[in-house]
Amino acid sequence: MTHKLETKNITMNFGEGDIISEISIHVDQGELVSLLGVSGSGKTTLFNCISGIYHPTEGQVILDGTDITGQTGHISYMLQKDLLLPYKTIEDNVGLPLVIRGMKKEEARAEAGKHFQEFGLEGTQKMYPAQLSGGMRQRAALLRTYLFSDNVALLDEPFSALDTITKGRIHRWYLDVMEKIRLTTVFITHDINEAILLSDRIYIMTGRPGRIQTELQIRTPRGQRQDFDLTEEFLEHKRTIMELLEKQG
Amino acid sequence: MKRKSENITNSIYPIVSVAAILVLWECLSYFEVVPNFMLPSPGQTVEAFVKDFPLLMMHLRVTLAETLVGTVIGVVLGYASACLMDRWDWAYKAVYPLVVLTQTIPAVAIAPLLVLWFGYKMMPKIVLIVLITYFPIAVGVLDGFRSADQDAINLLRSMGATRWQIFRHVKFPGALPNFFSGLRITVAYAVVGAVLAEWLGGFAGLGVYMTRVKKSFAYDKMFAVIFLISIISLLLIGLVNLVQRRCMPWERVRGYEESQRRRKPAQMKEK
Repeated sequence: MTHKLETKNITMNFGEGDIISEISIHVDQGELVSLLGVSGSGKTTLFNCISGIYHPTEGQVILDGTDITGQTGHISYMLQKDLLLPYKTIEDNVGLPLVIRGMKKEEARAEAGKHFQEFGLEGTQKMYPAQLSGGMRQRAALLRTYLFSDNVALLDEPFSALDTITKGRIHRWYLDVMEKIRLTTVFITHDINEAILLSDRIYIMTGRPGRIQTELQIRTPRGQRQDFDLTEEFLEHKRTIMELLEKQG
Repeated sequence: MKRKSENITNSIYPIVSVAAILVLWECLSYFEVVPNFMLPSPGQTVEAFVKDFPLLMMHLRVTLAETLVGTVIGVVLGYASACLMDRWDWAYKAVYPLVVLTQTIPAVAIAPLLVLWFGYKMMPKIVLIVLITYFPIAVGVLDGFRSADQDAINLLRSMGATRWQIFRHVKFPGALPNFFSGLRITVAYAVVGAVLAEWLGGFAGLGVYMTRVKKSFAYDKMFAVIFLISIISLLLIGLVNLVQRRCMPWERVRGYEESQRRRKPAQMKEK
């Protein structure tokens, strides 16, 4: 069976040694995969290669069996900064990828409007980003990401700027929404708890040059993760990951 | 509610200061500290204004027409240059020094030449206004384009946006505050520019009226026309503010200013 998305030996080099080296990862349909690693391990560079903003020095990006190396427009992207445009209402911000693809503004609004309920954004359609809390803005940003492409979404530390309480709330919300929309996702984080809580599988990445060190499967299905961070399995994963990262020092 | 009462208190200060100056001025001419024919009182100025009102309006129409045409051309040229300079680096290198140069030429020095070259009709006035208005728009808008969030541009690019779409959704709206700041400066300068050019030669316009009343030592009329020009400039600035508020409804949203400050701490613009 072919994977939904696959990278084959991606290496990126800006002229002064490799930033990332021979990275091969894959994601299956509907799967949530995390890339966990310290800052500077090249996670974002890898994302830029996958989304087509950079053309990797070597290697390929395969989506549904087709080579899309260096092409934009297939894979959606979300950053820690919500990047909602301050002069557009939430519905127009969220519908922007549809407009970019050539849809009329009104149609894009209607299309985006269908998902506001699902994403817990009901009532914010006509508001401007400045009127929303950080957590709500990230929800809107995720909806925009989803409308851009229901293929694969790359989330680059999307919740790392939020405070702990908001973060806990948004994690529950995130698992809930993902259960409904079944979006295939690659999630960058440096937060070990977040990675264990939100993923099916975790790739541990170490830096200079960035390489995939190992891969970790989380056994408990995502649907059954109430109070998951208090269970034995959670702690066991955490211990494994910390030892691995420690060794790399 | 609180905001409203604050606004009222805030507007009291300028009203008091302006009133104080008027009172001082009235006293100066009432007690003949300055001879009356040189400094007419506020009352005399108003009187002159009322008496010459139809004539003033006739001249004003000419000045405003020149201002409008000149500003529109200047703004279009300025905006177009900003687009060019943003799009191509060689254009930036080639055009930017010229843009700065237009600003270093003193208007007073070039105006007589323009009259000499283009005659006494509208042409020299319009050319001068174009020269004056071009700079704030070109530089302001270019600055706005350049301060666009690179991450936002990357995001749109990852969505497969064309250059035009990036302009339309990120750069153009992002540069609107800069555009309006530039336009506010521009309209005030433009009126003054028109008057200056008329002063140096022409058949109608507030500047022409000014030279005529000056020659007849009618200082009350002189003051009346100065006030008219100030008022017109203020009205035009007010008009720009009004249009800006219309075009940028998101600026009035609660929390907007704070969120902008968080986004670009180094670049708080005058409000």
